[in-house]
Amino acid sequence: MRPGRTLVPVVSFVVLAVVVAVLPSFVSEFRAQQLAYVAIYLIAIIGLNVLTGYTGQISLGHGAFMAVGGYTTAILMADHGVKDIWTIPLAGLVAGAAGFLFGIPALRLSGLYLALATFAVAVSMPAVLKRFEGFTGGGQGINLFGIPELTASLTPVEVLGHELAFNDWLYYLSWSIALVGYVLAWLLVRGRAGRALRAVRDSETAAQSSGVSLPRYKTLAFGVSAAYAGVAGSLFAIATTYVNPDTFPIALSILLLVGVVVGGLGSLVGLIAGAVFIQFLPTWSQQVSKSPGAPSVVSGALLIALMFVLPMGVAGLVDRLRLLTRRIYHRPSS
Amino acid sequence: MADFMQQVVAGLASGSIYAALALALVLIHRATGVINFAQGELATLSTYIAWTLTVNHGWGYWWAFVFTLLVSFLGGAAIHQTIIRPNEKGSVLRVVIVTIGLLILVNGLVTWIWGGEVRAVESPFPSGTTEIAGVAITTADIGTIAVVLGTVAVLWALFRYTKLGLAMRAAAVNPAEARLVGVRVTWMLSLGWGLAAVLGAVAGMLAAPSVFLDPNLMAALLIYAFASAVLGGIDSPVGAVVGGLVLGVGLNLIGTYVDFVGVDLQLPVALLVILVVLLVKPTGIFGKAEVRRV
Repeated sequence: MRPGRTLVPVVSFVVLAVVVAVLPSFVSEFRAQQLAYVAIYLIAIIGLNVLTGYTGQISLGHGAFMAVGGYTTAILMADHGVKDIWTIPLAGLVAGAAGFLFGIPALRLSGLYLALATFAVAVSMPAVLKRFEGFTGGGQGINLFGIPELTASLTPVEVLGHELAFNDWLYYLSWSIALVGYVLAWLLVRGRAGRALRAVRDSETAAQSSGVSLPRYKTLAFGVSAAYAGVAGSLFAIATTYVNPDTFPIALSILLLVGVVVGGLGSLVGLIAGAVFIQFLPTWSQQVSKSPGAPSVVSGALLIALMFVLPMGVAGLVDRLRLLTRRIYHRPSS
Repeated sequence: MADFMQQVVAGLASGSIYAALALALVLIHRATGVINFAQGELATLSTYIAWTLTVNHGWGYWWAFVFTLLVSFLGGAAIHQTIIRPNEKGSVLRVVIVTIGLLILVNGLVTWIWGGEVRAVESPFPSGTTEIAGVAITTADIGTIAVVLGTVAVLWALFRYTKLGLAMRAAAVNPAEARLVGVRVTWMLSLGWGLAAVLGAVAGMLAAPSVFLDPNLMAALLIYAFASAVLGGIDSPVGAVVGGLVLGVGLNLIGTYVDFVGVDLQLPVALLVILVVLLVKPTGIFGKAEVRRV
């Protein structure tokens, strides 16, 4: 392996981490909150990309795993007095287990059928949440605002000698987890497991005959990606300080897929662009029209357009630019 | 017993609407191997067009109905030609994403043009009930079932007895050989998309009076249609109709007689149907086993 293969990603990652660390000093608290949501979406779409982009298993229902994570956090905080940050790994575990379990029947579904089944899961999730009222608070949901388990909710929290108000705290919390998640996903997909996942995506039959266990790697991909979604859902609940069945609608699941496609299927570098797109789409589309339908029109049209011109998303664009610069700078010497 | 029969007939009425939309999904899946996730939203759009024609422009209901079917047909065919066909060559994921994009786009468009309010839609059928063998059946239910069955019969005749129908079947079953004998395959597939849009429009217009019209009219209905199509076998038109009727009656009876499920959990029950059928008998009741090429 050439040294550049690891050097470039490591250097760009360090630059990213530094930018993330100093950014709140330059932007308003409101902007910090928006950027915290970018991190939350980033976590969710990293997970979704492991499943859809790398393993080729379409999920239109990742909002449902976010709901599992979000409700785990909300129930633990409101009913069992667990401090918010400790619920985050638990939410990841519970959602990951749910994803692993869903992965078992999903083994028998491929392509379109899986898309269909996951779509149905996401559409029926709110109905299930409303029905089991004693557990989930029904249509009312669970309120977390101002309860002592929510860090920095009413008074600022002190971290490493800095006083952080809620939004800044949320920003650092989300981005720390997102960056760790990014590294973990990178380690996963560049190694042996990542090769196996890509083999499953490219041809199940070929992968199987090369000794890749389909059940093991597909359920692994489901479990891992659902755990990411669970962590994202947990942070989402903390950020909105409130969960109800409409916090995680089917539109959210679809938006996550849009984010992955915009960022680039089967690539990690573009995902930040995908997450930024999800978060700021409503604001941008306001400039096209004030109608509540505008964000959907813009993202739908963009999604279709991307499939025409850039099926690999922003990552594909990066690749093309890289090829272009290589062609310009590395002329054959002989 | 009379109450039970009434529930069965009500179930048949909603089931026939699921059947129409399921048939649309099956038509497209047979022809192009794609599940059109935007089918429900296209139906919603058609329903809004019919609503505008009757309420804002004073058209008679059935004139608006026929005109909407025509517009839907052209729209469906145009969608296939412009955005589906160029993406068919790629992976399954690519086409799925295009139909998802279409879903979001059309949903947003409907909200943009007509706003998000929930609107009541008048039923084209006279109110009141007819008594058949001691069972009181609403005229609207009879009308709904009749319109759907009529549409299905016309389509069946088209596929079974006309040269065009034969060409469409050939294009779906074996595009390469169909092309060799002079069938214009792409146009046949576009025709399929057009007919699917017509079926969706029928489903939407018939559903609107009982569930009200809003931009998310078809979201739940699409899941019921998926469940019907999967239950009957995703490649079987007969299966889609039978699956729709069975699901409609089944859900209505479960909703009425099983307190735990009620009205709230009908959607998760449909999801359960999808999962169980796909796991136990993925080909559905009428489907044929799929052979995978290595």
